[in-house]
Amino acid sequence: MSEEIFQKVQKIIAEKLGMKNLDGVTPEKSFTNDLGIDSLDREELMVEFENVFEIKFSEEDAEKIDKVSDLVEYIESLLASK
Amino acid sequence: MADYWGNLLKGVSGASHITYFDTTKFKTKIACQLKGFEPSDHFVPLELSKLDRSAQYALLSTAEALGDASFDWDRLDKDRVGVVFGTGIGGLSSSEAAVQQYMLQDRTPRFSPSHLLRVLSNTVAASIALKYGFTGPNYITTSACASSANAIADACYAIALGKSDVIVTGGTESSIIELAVGGFNAMRALSTRNDDPEHASRPFDRDRDGFVMGEGAATLILESLDHAKARGARIYAEVVGVGMSADTYNIVAPDPNGKAAVQSMVGALQSADVRLEEVDYINTHGTSTKLGDLSECHAIESLFGDLAPKLAINSTKSMIGHLLGAGPAVESVAICCTIRDSLVHPTINIEHLDPQLPANWNYVPGEAISREVNVAMSNSFGFGGHNVTLLYKKYQE
Repeated sequence: MSEEIFQKVQKIIAEKLGMKNLDGVTPEKSFTNDLGIDSLDREELMVEFENVFEIKFSEEDAEKIDKVSDLVEYIESLLASK
Repeated sequence: MADYWGNLLKGVSGASHITYFDTTKFKTKIACQLKGFEPSDHFVPLELSKLDRSAQYALLSTAEALGDASFDWDRLDKDRVGVVFGTGIGGLSSSEAAVQQYMLQDRTPRFSPSHLLRVLSNTVAASIALKYGFTGPNYITTSACASSANAIADACYAIALGKSDVIVTGGTESSIIELAVGGFNAMRALSTRNDDPEHASRPFDRDRDGFVMGEGAATLILESLDHAKARGARIYAEVVGVGMSADTYNIVAPDPNGKAAVQSMVGALQSADVRLEEVDYINTHGTSTKLGDLSECHAIESLFGDLAPKLAINSTKSMIGHLLGAGPAVESVAICCTIRDSLVHPTINIEHLDPQLPANWNYVPGEAISREVNVAMSNSFGFGGHNVTLLYKKYQE
């Protein structure tokens, strides 16, 4: 997992959730169970990641992602195939 | 609420130049913007993505009202609590923003997944219920500038019918936007006294030239008397009567004879079994448009006759502007404070009373007056000819 991408992702999630401390977002955190992100919030976040990283998520793949580390790896794979 | 009521008593105008957008090309450049409100002070970005400003205002006023109501949360049966809110044009500002972004770019649909939630007015009621877990009736009422009067009326009905013990009701509006200012300008409804905003809203004055837009929200907690007494609630006032009617005269202009306005006021009095001579105070619709003022005063005159000069008759809109659908709720808060404090706030900016209006009435010009108010009437008349009258009474055991 790329530390650089993780840090960007961590910052975006923390900002969107209004968290003062970035430590609340760690790679093993689950969107649903730990961060309280519902399906619409997920969509909102995914749009943000797409814009920031200039990538396009596949809806099917994005739906399966629930862990922060999985998201980071998915973004990495999309960036690699760009 | 304390700031609001304090400023009303002092006769402070909330009008100033519009800062939300560039008004260079607009005929009207003034409005009563909500001062010192910064969304990010109250909501995190993921919440804001779902909440139009009108919903943000409603959530804040509801938090204040629920705090003031001091419910015992462990004992409150949330299944018996509903939310009925009024708004005139809901999330139009969010709609405008999304369309601007879409049209200015290459017209590729990149709408936020939450975009429609901000546009839909029912998000206001849903968000309040979601936040507090109130599972009773939940919806929005809309009847232009009478919207929140209909919400309060429906709240009464739900309680009177035994459907709920408590209804969180009120109104919200956030429409100081290009589409609304431009639209009302085209209707020639707005004041263009741009060089003197504080004196632009001048109901009953000879030199008025239209209304001044306002924005904000008010929440009232309506509760059955039994429920309120059982928990020892502080009771500001009782809603004792509701009257409604439709003008069927013109889609915008009020009926100059005020026939349906009388019907609405009579309906409220009859439903409350209150006699004309018992009414102490009328908080008018009083928008500062010539047609509106004249029609309403004509209706009051034809109903109250010789009793009219004994009434205190004022316009909250002279200070806060016209909050469209939120107006009736915000004005109802003023009425509750009036009944509590035995003080009637002034109508500001009456420098030369319109000679077409009765000269011997007490419009409470300029300064607040002390007066015990047992029965207060609130009139709200919406574009479209929607008339609603609410009757409030001091609670006596």
